[in-house]
Amino acid sequence: MLLSEAISSGPEFFSLVPLVVFIPVVGLLINMLIGDRLYIWVGDRMAEKLIGIIASTAAGLAFLVAVLLGISLINHPQGDVIVLLDWISAGSFKVNWAFQVDTLSVTMMLTVAGVGTLIHIYSIGYMHEDVQHNGDPKRYKRFFIFMNLFIASMMVLVSADNYLMLFVGWEGVGLCSYLLIGFWYEKGKEGIGNSIAAKKAFITNRIGDFGMLLAIFIMFIAFGSVNFTDVFEQAPAVAAATPAILIAITILMLIGVTGKSAQIPLFVWLPDAMAGPTPVSALIHAATMVTAGVYLVTRSYVLYDLVPEAQAIVALVGAVTALFAATIATAQFDIKKILAYSTISQLGFMVAAVGMGAYAAGMYHLVAHAFFKALLFLGAGSVILGVEYGHHHAEHDERLKRELKKRREDKDFDPQDIRNMGGIRKTMKTTFWVYLIGALALAGIPPLVGFVSKDEILAEADNFNKTIFGIPFTDVVYILLTIAAFLTAFYIGRQLLYVFFGKSRTLAAEYSKENPLIVTIPLMILAFLSLMGGGLNLPRIHSFTHWLEHTLHHLHIGEFDIQVALISTALALIALTLAYFIYYRRYNAQRDLPTAERPDDPMRPILGPIFKVFENKYWVDEIYWTIFINPYVSLSKFLADVIDWRFWHDWFHDVLIVRGYNRFTTWLSTMFDLKVIDGFANWLAITTERFAAWLRRTETGYVRNYALSVFLGLVIILVYLLLR
Amino acid sequence: MVPIEYYLGLSAVLFTLGALGVLIRRNAIIIFMSIELMLNSANLLFVAFARLYESMSGQIFVFFVMAVAAAEVAVGLALIVAIFRTKQSIDVDEINMLKG
Amino acid sequence: MIPDIVIFVILSLIAIATALGMLMSKNAIYSALNLILNFCTVAVFYLLLDAAFIALTQVTVYAGAIMVLFLFVIMLLGVERLRTKSTLPWQQPLAFALAVILLVVALYVIFIRTGIYIEASEVVKEGFGSPEAVGTVLFNEYLLPFEVTSVLLLVAIVGAILLTLRQITGKKYIEMEKSDGSD
Repeated sequence: MLLSEAISSGPEFFSLVPLVVFIPVVGLLINMLIGDRLYIWVGDRMAEKLIGIIASTAAGLAFLVAVLLGISLINHPQGDVIVLLDWISAGSFKVNWAFQVDTLSVTMMLTVAGVGTLIHIYSIGYMHEDVQHNGDPKRYKRFFIFMNLFIASMMVLVSADNYLMLFVGWEGVGLCSYLLIGFWYEKGKEGIGNSIAAKKAFITNRIGDFGMLLAIFIMFIAFGSVNFTDVFEQAPAVAAATPAILIAITILMLIGVTGKSAQIPLFVWLPDAMAGPTPVSALIHAATMVTAGVYLVTRSYVLYDLVPEAQAIVALVGAVTALFAATIATAQFDIKKILAYSTISQLGFMVAAVGMGAYAAGMYHLVAHAFFKALLFLGAGSVILGVEYGHHHAEHDERLKRELKKRREDKDFDPQDIRNMGGIRKTMKTTFWVYLIGALALAGIPPLVGFVSKDEILAEADNFNKTIFGIPFTDVVYILLTIAAFLTAFYIGRQLLYVFFGKSRTLAAEYSKENPLIVTIPLMILAFLSLMGGGLNLPRIHSFTHWLEHTLHHLHIGEFDIQVALISTALALIALTLAYFIYYRRYNAQRDLPTAERPDDPMRPILGPIFKVFENKYWVDEIYWTIFINPYVSLSKFLADVIDWRFWHDWFHDVLIVRGYNRFTTWLSTMFDLKVIDGFANWLAITTERFAAWLRRTETGYVRNYALSVFLGLVIILVYLLLR
Repeated sequence: MVPIEYYLGLSAVLFTLGALGVLIRRNAIIIFMSIELMLNSANLLFVAFARLYESMSGQIFVFFVMAVAAAEVAVGLALIVAIFRTKQSIDVDEINMLKG
Repeated sequence: MIPDIVIFVILSLIAIATALGMLMSKNAIYSALNLILNFCTVAVFYLLLDAAFIALTQVTVYAGAIMVLFLFVIMLLGVERLRTKSTLPWQQPLAFALAVILLVVALYVIFIRTGIYIEASEVVKEGFGSPEAVGTVLFNEYLLPFEVTSVLLLVAIVGAILLTLRQITGKKYIEMEKSDGSD
């Protein structure tokens, strides 16, 4: 339906959909153009506020448009496709920039814009502190420009009506991730740590994108189009004829998903991405960008439903990743790293869900996870700010400075290390309560949203009886996910106890202070959503599932399984209790030990070397370096130094061509030019001279000789005439 | 009249002798005289053919040849005298300053 | 009457002999004298051929004037004999060879490839070869060549004088070293 037609018809707001992309673009353009001037016009503090307000308003308006679209969908649930312009038209390949408005895409839009707006508001306060802490206040507007760019790209991704447009958004969010991770590009380990983390994210994503692109190419070859509608129409026929094509497409898309959504084997960028500012981690690496992979699989449900083999692989990848990441999270000491591995693990849950075919469950967990993970990240950011404040306060106080020195806390103080925290619940009450809600949601305690969504996944896993090659893989998925859920509750309990409970372990924690409202209000809103979010898809009512059903036809409606619910709740409670015993009781008991014998984590002596494996994340990065990156770098160095420089340039060019050519020309000039040509010329001259000298002998000067020659000529002529 | 062939033969012989004289002798005077001999043989032939064809033109030619021969001798001998003044010799082999 | 042929043979022998004599004589005077005799013999030939005027002209001009001039120059220069030896060794043999070839060719052409000529008439018309006949033809048909010949003689005279003219500068006649041939 063309834009112009849509505007003139009924009370539906589908035609507004391009605004979800363009409003954030306008926001970033305004900030880009007048951002610096604001500092001159209204002063630093006001300028920052204005920049933040402009960006947040842009995100907020996008959210508003998404709400309007949602309202339109209530009346017209089948949705619509709004074509903006013809993009590519080359032969038989035709791609438009069109916006697909349906329940699935609007769900994503609401999540992205909603959580995004809250995070924008939070960032106004957070980034003010962060730029002061890092010493470059003028970089404030850059942050908001990139955040708006991210919202715009994510909107492009979720509103696309064809795979190519989706890929444009896919790349765009990858770019924003890179830009924002490396926001403090000159900081980090040895001054380039952040840049390296950004590069790692981008390159790892690129490997995933490679799979995605191949999938799109095969799609074009097989279907002649990359439009959702066309592909899904033709898919059953192609699947019947050559299922291999669909398997190839789905598995290659899975590679893209493992890159973007941080699954095995391409998850390694996400923990490093914590180098970016905390709002970035919250928005991009928890709530939105990383869910793009899940959205992709859900959108391609037609393809995945046709190839159960691919579904099995997807589900198993998700489940294994969930468990794998959860184990690592139990032994991390950086507050954000714990949450990062938690994200990977929860994404594993989502991927496993959509892999099995439980699309509604997966999407619901996506939305729920956006709420509580954003909350947790923002809360962690709040805690970090508070601890930094405490450290700063201690450094600038006379008495405390000496105390810092005594405790050796003055140098290399890491405000993100949970071992440097403790007792925060007394100093930062609001943050504590919201964080507690988020943590319980993650753990899956009813009736918080985390319970409802995660439980639905587990129920589906238990009740689907899908087998592949005789293996009931959904049962395997169920077991893996259950163990992961147990560990989830354990590690988040650990984190809670380390950070908020007990005595303050450092002066910084002792003197930490609560953050202003601009920081805490978004947290409270997210906490509210985490509490109430369960209502979105209550058992038996399944509002969300029905909502999605309009787009995902033949969607399986998950049944509430009381057995699964009871088991998961029980496991969560057991895990939390276990954490309490280890990290509160035992930990406090160990505090009485002398410093030398006191382990930093009570689990360390219990698990021993296993703890070390978890803490070092199974040395995955090191393995990748050894197996892939080092040989690759060596290969490039070889190609560059040996082949390109030494062989190609030094030998081939310098020796062979240049020197050879010089020798050739020298040879030419000496052998050829001098000897042959000069020789020829000289030979001509000499021969002429000799001939002339020989001929000169007839010039004897004697008259008689001349007379003789006359006579000779005469005789010859006569004889000739006679003989003729 | 004697058959014309004999005159032809005689003329040929005299001419050859004259040519031989030009080629062999080194004395410029002798060479000159040999040239006169050659001219003479041609004259003889002219007259013989005049008689054969009963035409006076042949004899007129002889007349002119003689006149020219006289003039030529005069000039030629003047040359020899001039050369003798410089070279003190009329050996033609000594007049080789145009030797290449 | 003695037949013409006999006279012819005798005369031709004399002619050839004198020619050879002129050729081979070491003394220039002898050569000149031989040549005079040769010319006289040729004059007799002319008489045989009914060319009376020409015969006498031959004697007068050739034998009487030209050869006398020769003799004067020989005696003036005093060059009866040459002093030096010949310096061209192969000149003589080659000349002989060529002369022989020429003679052979000529005689071959004359006597073997014959049959072209008409038969001569025994008696010629009255006055053939007489001065009147010569004069008639000379001053009628050949007037121009006649006049031109007179110019030619004039040129010869002037040339001869010029070539041997001595500048009135007092330059000595015998100055070999300084002279370069132009005088």
